[in-house]
Amino acid sequence: MNKMPLSNRLFMVMGYFFLYVPIASLVIFSFNESRLVTVWGGFSFKWYGEMFRNDDLLHAAGLSFKIAFLSATLAVVLGTLAGFVLARFGRFKGQSLFAGLTSAPMVMPEVIVGLSMLLLFVSLQSGLGCSSDEPLGLLSRMGCWAFGERGMITIWIGHTTLCMAYVAVLVQSRLKELDRSLEDAAMDLGCHPFKVFFIITIPVIAPALVSGWLLSFTLSLDDYVLTAFLSGPGSTTMPQWIFSSVRIGPTPEVNALATVVIVVVTLFVVVSNRLMLSAQAKRDKAMQAAFSGKS
Amino acid sequence: MAVTPSSADAGESKKNYLEIKGVTKKFGDFYAVDDVDLVIPKNEIFALLGSSGSGKSTLLRMLAGMEKPTEGRIILEGQDITDLQPYVRPVNMMFQSYALFPHMTVEQNIAFGLKQDKLPRDEIADRVGKMLDLVQMKKYARRKPHQLSGGQQQRVALARSLAKRPKLLLLDEPLGALDKKLRVQTQFELVNVIETVGVTCIMVTHDQEEAMTMASRIAIMSEGKLMQVGGPREIYEYPNCRFTAEFIGSTNIFEGRLAVDEPDHIVIESQDLGRGIYVDHGITGPKGMNVWYSVRPEDVTLCRDKPDSQHNWVEGKVHDIAYLGSHSVYHIKLASGRVVMANVPTSHWGEAKPATWGDDIVAKWGNNAGAVLTS
Repeated sequence: MNKMPLSNRLFMVMGYFFLYVPIASLVIFSFNESRLVTVWGGFSFKWYGEMFRNDDLLHAAGLSFKIAFLSATLAVVLGTLAGFVLARFGRFKGQSLFAGLTSAPMVMPEVIVGLSMLLLFVSLQSGLGCSSDEPLGLLSRMGCWAFGERGMITIWIGHTTLCMAYVAVLVQSRLKELDRSLEDAAMDLGCHPFKVFFIITIPVIAPALVSGWLLSFTLSLDDYVLTAFLSGPGSTTMPQWIFSSVRIGPTPEVNALATVVIVVVTLFVVVSNRLMLSAQAKRDKAMQAAFSGKS
Repeated sequence: MAVTPSSADAGESKKNYLEIKGVTKKFGDFYAVDDVDLVIPKNEIFALLGSSGSGKSTLLRMLAGMEKPTEGRIILEGQDITDLQPYVRPVNMMFQSYALFPHMTVEQNIAFGLKQDKLPRDEIADRVGKMLDLVQMKKYARRKPHQLSGGQQQRVALARSLAKRPKLLLLDEPLGALDKKLRVQTQFELVNVIETVGVTCIMVTHDQEEAMTMASRIAIMSEGKLMQVGGPREIYEYPNCRFTAEFIGSTNIFEGRLAVDEPDHIVIESQDLGRGIYVDHGITGPKGMNVWYSVRPEDVTLCRDKPDSQHNWVEGKVHDIAYLGSHSVYHIKLASGRVVMANVPTSHWGEAKPATWGDDIVAKWGNNAGAVLTS
């Protein structure tokens, strides 16, 4: 560290400055007594209290977490299936098309994905005749229950489309580096291929599934653009609530909410890192014991 | 393993325990395995030996059921298993990478196959215990695979593939993942375990030493075809073609024309040597046909004086010497540019000064030292 030239140190400090000073100031001003965000009026937890009394905000946060949980879960299921097909089924007709379509949501501008989904749901609604007075068939009634008005289900579908692309890529790359003879061996020992997938493949790639789920969760939690297209009245998510309240004028309440999110995320990262490190240390120790105690 | 042959002629079914009939595997236009016929008796350890791409692994995978033959049948103990799925075949395989399930303990790995068969719990425990004893891994029963050394992993993999008492055991490069020193020791251990269990075994290897140590018969494969099948001594001393002669060990091969063809001897005229090769047995073939003569370096002796006989010797200069302790490999360069290899025991020179680089030297061999090859 001491040998680092002054110019390098300067750039480093500047880099960290630009990254973290805004965040630090956000955290500090969340403890501001004053209603004005930019004027310091003394230390207080007032806005945290306000935050927990704000029903709109709590409702939005709850909805966001619910959607994030559901989207991450469904994305892991669908993404795993897609990744498995891409990694294990060899060349099949339309493989490149399938691979392209699977990862397209990652690179397509979200505005366009959101717009096209909005159009889809709108035409579904009119196609199913949800707003007409005539009695509907069972299928149409089910369709209208799900898509009749934009809300949690439509947001869930949108987020899942985006997230499963990431999961598929993760799972596919994990499976490609996985020794294929593991699955062959299980089959050779009398295990039906369908069962092999659940008792060998899934446990072995579990870490990739966990990180896929976490990635999807965060993607969904802070998504604004897709949600803006797919949400309806009464389904405001946390990012949407923040945006709308900031548009009126930033309040320290938003700062407080942001601080809570930062603390939760930081704790989560630190704890999971610790767990991973200690598991690795345990593994290394056991390995050492195995080699030194060799007969 | 109790086997009750259904047919009356038990001896016959023992001899034809495994029959591979005209098995061919095509990938597109490429013949990975080309019309292979093989019969393997019960309790034999058989090796498929070949370099990579020779089709030996594809043949093994077809026996395991992981590839379907394009043509041909595979019959095990009278039962046609060609179309059986791998998970219902009475065949188990030990994989080159061992393929131990990383999320299961040693015990669970060995029990895996038995659990798939839904055996009662205490029978599984009993059989797993016996397997652990057999491979001397009882101490490590609760370890995970990554907590084991390479040799230990190999033993677990072997125990796992034997636990179901398969009718046929397949070994894919069984010692390929071990280092050289451990490999030599493990070869004998592996054979001991296989013979204790008394299972018919087919192994695939590219290491001829491994094949010759472990197997009672060896098939040499090249480009999807079987070149020669026989015991280790047979294929080493009586190769039937140039490929086998060159693949197993090292050899000197001289091309020539059949000049004298008598019932009790032949003479081959060789351009390479500028001298005839006398062989003290007859062969079947027209005079003048092209033949090859293979003589192993250990059958070539060096001396300083020219012999009286007019056959089976050449003179040249010492071109290269590799000292290997018990013997040295001499490369003798002839006037024609050909190099002849000779293994010379270190004791060969006695009191005299050993031949060294650049010395004029005579290399000679006996009348029955080599093999005449017609292809």
